[in-house]
Amino acid sequence: MGEVMAADKARKETIGAVRRTFAPWKDPTQTPLIRFENVVKRFGDFTAVNNVSLDIYEREFFALLGPSGCGKTTLMRMLAGFEEPSSGRLTLAGEDLAGVPPYRRPVNMMFQSYALFPHMNVADNIAFGLKQDKMPKADIDARVEEMLTLVKLEKFAKRKPHQLSGGQRQRVALARSLAKRPKVLLLDEPLGALDKKLREETQFELMDLQMDLGMTFLIVTHDQEEAMTVADRIAVMNHGVLVQVDPPAEIYEQPATRYIADFIGEVNLIESTVTACEGEITRLTSEITTSPLTVAHPCEVAAGGNACIAIRPEKLRISLDPPPEGSENVFAGEIWDIGYLGDLNIYHVELACGQRLKVSQPNLSRRVARPISWDDKVWVTFDPDAGVLLTR
Amino acid sequence: MRKGLTWFNVTSIVLGFAFLYIPIILLVIYSFNASRLVTVWAGFSTQWYWSLLENEQLIDAAWVTLRIAFFSSLVATVLGTMAALALTRYGRFGGRTLFSGMIYAPLVMPEVITGLSLLLLFVAVNFDRGFWTVLLAHITFTMCFVAVVVQSRLVTFDRTLEEAALDLGCPPFQTFFKITLPLILPAVVSGFMLAFTLSLDDLVIASFTTGPGATTLPMRIYSQVRLGVTPEINAVCTILIAIVTVVVIVASIVTKRAENQRQAEERAALQ
Repeated sequence: MGEVMAADKARKETIGAVRRTFAPWKDPTQTPLIRFENVVKRFGDFTAVNNVSLDIYEREFFALLGPSGCGKTTLMRMLAGFEEPSSGRLTLAGEDLAGVPPYRRPVNMMFQSYALFPHMNVADNIAFGLKQDKMPKADIDARVEEMLTLVKLEKFAKRKPHQLSGGQRQRVALARSLAKRPKVLLLDEPLGALDKKLREETQFELMDLQMDLGMTFLIVTHDQEEAMTVADRIAVMNHGVLVQVDPPAEIYEQPATRYIADFIGEVNLIESTVTACEGEITRLTSEITTSPLTVAHPCEVAAGGNACIAIRPEKLRISLDPPPEGSENVFAGEIWDIGYLGDLNIYHVELACGQRLKVSQPNLSRRVARPISWDDKVWVTFDPDAGVLLTR
Repeated sequence: MRKGLTWFNVTSIVLGFAFLYIPIILLVIYSFNASRLVTVWAGFSTQWYWSLLENEQLIDAAWVTLRIAFFSSLVATVLGTMAALALTRYGRFGGRTLFSGMIYAPLVMPEVITGLSLLLLFVAVNFDRGFWTVLLAHITFTMCFVAVVVQSRLVTFDRTLEEAALDLGCPPFQTFFKITLPLILPAVVSGFMLAFTLSLDDLVIASFTTGPGATTLPMRIYSQVRLGVTPEINAVCTILIAIVTVVVIVASIVTKRAENQRQAEERAALQ
């Protein structure tokens, strides 16, 4: 027991050390492993991927996030070799991938449908790629064994895919795509078919696996929570264009555009007019409140210009008592609706102008009777550093 | 909502089956007739089956027919599968619609026309008619049946399986033999069996395209019957019926079982 705990502690320290300092995209001396250079992909008249330039670094867990049809899967399929770019360049470890067929790329993919070969058992599925490499049989057996242990399916080696549960099939698909130790593992909506609880567990398993194997993972997902949980960096795509590429916390706290702010998590967007730019502090007014607004965020537009304040629901405070006269960042309204999620209460507050603000508050006590009820008059406030100014 | 059998249903079933099977049953019964006269029953006997063994003409014809059926359906299966692959896979190539229409044409083309046109072709290129011309003719007309059967399976084939194989380092040609073919094999086998029985049965196209020394069993039977029906012919026909029945039943069982298994796997995959 003591040994296990010591091992766990050592492991935790390494993970912490690596995750705290891992940021190769900030280091100009690093060469990226994968480079998309002005990549365009057209299908007839439809442009699926429009002039995408993107660098992905070794050992990075990178997520492509976007609504369905945004081009993220096409981008991944180009890396796997199932689609050729219409124009632009795609390199892997410095090698141009143009014209290299999928079966010669050091990249493996885990398919959304898992694509397990139904006529082969689990062990043969995992061994399939290794046999293509003409690996000696003893080595193949050893690797298959290792992979089965890795995904905890030792007892299922002789089963056919249709004799497995959805979660087990997902793990076989993962083991099969990892067996060849590819330079890059591509994951196409890998957890889409699993239920919520299993999905969350598997997300953490994937992160550990990626850390242990020291491989580069590229995941395609439309689930923003999944992307936020697993990825070192997220690229948000829309209509074939990269909208923002940043680590999860920056995407969430520093969204570049209204689209990102709205797409990632919940947000309140308050259209305002800038009255003064004072370095890090911007002062604004809005038609939806009489109180002056202050945001600790430099503004890109001059006084008189329009900007939008984006505030996450959890960064708003709600109170039944009015704040002192002359306070900043105050919105007066009435409770429109309350959502009780167990861990959180979501309040929809309707302001006099009709706009509604979403406010979420953690449930800190077990009292069932809630202090704030329907149609109560409430005041919503926020700190200057809680909001972000968006001009796009 | 279970409907009982009304007198109308019963009558139509009885009449329908009687219409279909009484002639065949009569033929089978009379093949066991002891009398040489086909229409007079003179007790049970298997003598005509034994005398068949001494009828070299019939044995020869049977041998020719079996060889043609086997080799023509083998080639037709390969070509038909390739045609089905081309039609389902390679998207919108030039003349795709024309090609797919053309492959189905022999299905509805009167056999007389198919036979005649093949005859004209063989004459035009000065090809000596015989075993090989019948073989070629049978490949031509059974191929489209194989293509139809295989194509219906390929339409529901999950192509990500092939992509997964490519992704794991398997070149396209090997992917076909390791992944695609094993999975569509039941359809290919039933296509082969269909081609086999069609070739076995064929009289019209074979008569047009054959030459000296390559008389098929249906042709031999037909020419003998013109001189009068003998109990031997009844015996041969009974054997043919048995072969065709067995092949058709096996083919439908193979297809049905593969289909059931596939559906069970798909259901399991959705759970």
